[in-house]
Order: sequence, then structure tokens, then C-alpha cells
Amino acid sequence: MFSNFDYDVIWRSLPYLFQQGMVFTLTLTAIATVFGLILGTLIAMMRLSSSAVLSGFAVSYVNLMRSLPLVLVIFLFYFLMPYVGQWIIRSDQPVQVGAYASTIVTFTLFEAAYFSEIMRAGIQSVPRGQVMAGYAIGLNYREVMRRVVLPQAFRNMLPVIFTQTIVLFQDTSLVYVLSITDFLGAASKVAQRDGRLTEMYLFAALVYFLICFTASFFVKRLQKRISIIR
Amino acid sequence: MPMITIEKVSKWYNPQFQVLKNCTTTVEKGEVVVVCGPSGSGKSTLIKTVNALEPVQEGTITVDGLNVTTMKKDLPKLRSRVGMVFQHFELFPHLKIVENLCLGQTIVLGRSEDAAKTKAMKMLERVGLTAHAQKYPGQLSGGQQQRVAIARALVMDPICMLFDEPTSALDPEMINEVLDVMVELAKEGMTMMVVTHEMGFAKKVANRVIFMDAGEIVEDAQKEDFFGHPRSDRAQHFLSKILAH
Repeated sequence: MFSNFDYDVIWRSLPYLFQQGMVFTLTLTAIATVFGLILGTLIAMMRLSSSAVLSGFAVSYVNLMRSLPLVLVIFLFYFLMPYVGQWIIRSDQPVQVGAYASTIVTFTLFEAAYFSEIMRAGIQSVPRGQVMAGYAIGLNYREVMRRVVLPQAFRNMLPVIFTQTIVLFQDTSLVYVLSITDFLGAASKVAQRDGRLTEMYLFAALVYFLICFTASFFVKRLQKRISIIR
Repeated sequence: MPMITIEKVSKWYNPQFQVLKNCTTTVEKGEVVVVCGPSGSGKSTLIKTVNALEPVQEGTITVDGLNVTTMKKDLPKLRSRVGMVFQHFELFPHLKIVENLCLGQTIVLGRSEDAAKTKAMKMLERVGLTAHAQKYPGQLSGGQQQRVAIARALVMDPICMLFDEPTSALDPEMINEVLDVMVELAKEGMTMMVVTHEMGFAKKVANRVIFMDAGEIVEDAQKEDFFGHPRSDRAQHFLSKILAH
């Protein structure tokens, strides 16, 4: 069955696949990880706060996001965001939000829910005595969090954060529903155009596999190193 | 004026469980007070109320004339002047030893990096650990970690020091190196409140001994009186058990 394969179609489309597709995939992964982690950490701190309002908000947010399929959220945000934008800046018409900007906001908000659960576990993994020691030398809540708790929480959770990022990297392919040219989108477009579906999808699968498998391998090694330090 | 006053302090963990029952005592400037008692007697809780790490529901605590129980905004500032040493050291494992000693100085006291480092090295020298400045806490033995913890409190120029069972988590051969540092401090006139089972230390440097049981201060006496002829049955019983060997 492989005898009539056209390998040249892969070769010809490499610049398009990587310079456009993969660049977008990696950009989206990086932005959603960084901002999702920051936002997720804030949500985790809200969730662990003694204020019922803050923790209630955090719990509702996380539960809502985790109960919806990502594809649905991508769609929903794409259609709703123009109206939300209109309401925020009090404009007469819906604000034009491109598919690109929309997906970045969507993924950040969606991943924040997952990262917040990871960071919550991380914060709780830091012994209470550490918090006490921070207060005892005169730090306030913010300083204790920033200098004592979060660095340790982050370090303890690093392997889990990376694993979540690998999952996120794969999930970015769902932007195909908005016809965005991510790596899979690019491969798919070439496949349709040249009628070379098998070659292109097999190649895309191979690339995803190699990247994720290698990344997972390094995460496992990191995990071992961290468990030795602790 | 006393350095620390604890007046009619009561604390509940929940409506059913009272950990501190109407505790009253004072620590004069330059005095070393040892707090002892069976486990669960509330002695660790009592010492943590002094710098408000444990809030109380009733009573008043003052440090250097300032009311700790009602303090809110100035609490971090006060805590920075009260040195605290924990049972499990609680050094920050992600920071080097020297960074552990600089954190409070730069952030709370606003000292420059350089000034903080100089002070840190001076205190490390005092506890005999200059060579370990660039290591992480995990690379040090328990005794060394606890000496660093004492140095971390000292760099803040504390007006008094609280020790919460500083040797209970140590291997026997490391207890003395920590006690030596504490004896030294006491001799220099540091005001100290020490929760400990080390009766040898109490006999050597304490001025007064407080004996607690079931959340109450049962006995609060001069060292000689406490060891010579404890008044309460509970203190006698405790001493006979702890000094049996």
C-alpha cells in the first residue's frame, strides 16, 4: 500500500507546515501555558483564601471550565467574544475579534482552570511550618506567597505542569474548528488541496508523536531528579 | 517594663476544645524562661501566641509594651523583631543558606543586599557555619540547620527570642551544638522564652520555669524552687518521670 505514496508532497510543503503551522501551534501553547499558569495561580490562591466570596468564585470557575468540552468552549468564545467586547467598551456594534486572538484568550482561560488545580495541590504541598516561618521573620501574606510558598509549589509541581503543557500542545489542534492554520490545519489544507490525505495525516501524526514522546521522556527524567532533591 | 506579658489568655480550636486556659505570666527583659510540660499541654501554642502566629480569643499579650492581640497592620514589623526558632527548623529549602539569612533583612528591614550579606556572614560565623553559606538547607545536618535557623532569627536584631522545642527533632549527638548556641545567647542577656524538655538546659541557664498541663499554667516559679520543691502534684509527677534517669 505504501508503493504509491508521494513523499514529495511532504517535502514540498515542509516550509508551510513548520513556518506557519508549527509556529502558530507553539506560540499558542507557549502563551496559553504562561498566562494560564499565572491566572491559574491567582485562581488557586483565591480558592485557598479564607474569603467565601473569592473561593466560591474560584470553585465555580474551575468547575464550569472543567465541565465543558474544549471544542465547545472554542466555538462559544469565538461567537460570544464580540458581544462581550461590545459590552465592555460600550460600543454600538459587536467588536471584531479575529479567530487568532479569540483562540489565545480561550486557551488561556480554559487552561487556567486546569493549572489552578495543579497549583492548588502545589501550594498545599508546602508544609504549614514554612508559612509560619515566613510570617515569623516579618513577611506579609503577599511576600510569604511570592518568596516562600509559590517557588516551592512551582518546583514541586513542575513535572505535572509540563505534562499538562504536552496535553495542551496536542489540544491546540482543535483550533481546526475555526479554520486556523496550526500544524494539523496546515497539513490538512495541503492534504485536501493535493489529494494526499494519507501521507499528510501520517506525517502529522509522526511529528506530534515525536515531539510529545521526547517531551514526556524529559519530564520523567525531571521527575526523578526532583524526587531526589526532596 | 516586662518584655513579654501574657494576661488571662484563652484559646479554643473549636467550641469544644480549649487549648489555653486563662494563662498569665510575664518575661522580664534579659530573663530566660523555660516552658515545659507533657505533650498536648499547650506549651507550643502558648509560645506561638506571643508573635501572633496563633490567634487567641481572650486575653491580652504585649511585647515591648505593644499589644499583639489587637495589632493588625504593624504585626509583620513586630514579628521581625521577635526571633522565632521552630522544632523542624523551617529553613526555606529553595534558598541557599546565605539567602535564607538575607530574605527578612532585605524585604522587611529594607537593608541593602550588601549590608544584609555582611550581617548574614557575621551571624553564620557566630554559629560556626561560614563554610556552608552557599549550600542549600537539605545539604546540612539537622543540628547545622537549626543553628542556621537561630542565625536567621539573629540577623534581624531581635529584642527577644522564642524557641519552640528547638532540639526535639534532632538526633541526640546534635542536641548539644544547638544548646551551646542558646546558652551563649542567654549569657549575653538575650530575653528568651524556650519550650523544651531539656531540663539540663533549664537548670543551667533558666531564670524561671513554667510548667503547663492541659492548657493551664500550673506552676510558674524560680528555677531553684521548681526543681527543688515543685508545689503541684502534676509538676512533681512530670519531673519524676523526666528526671528518672
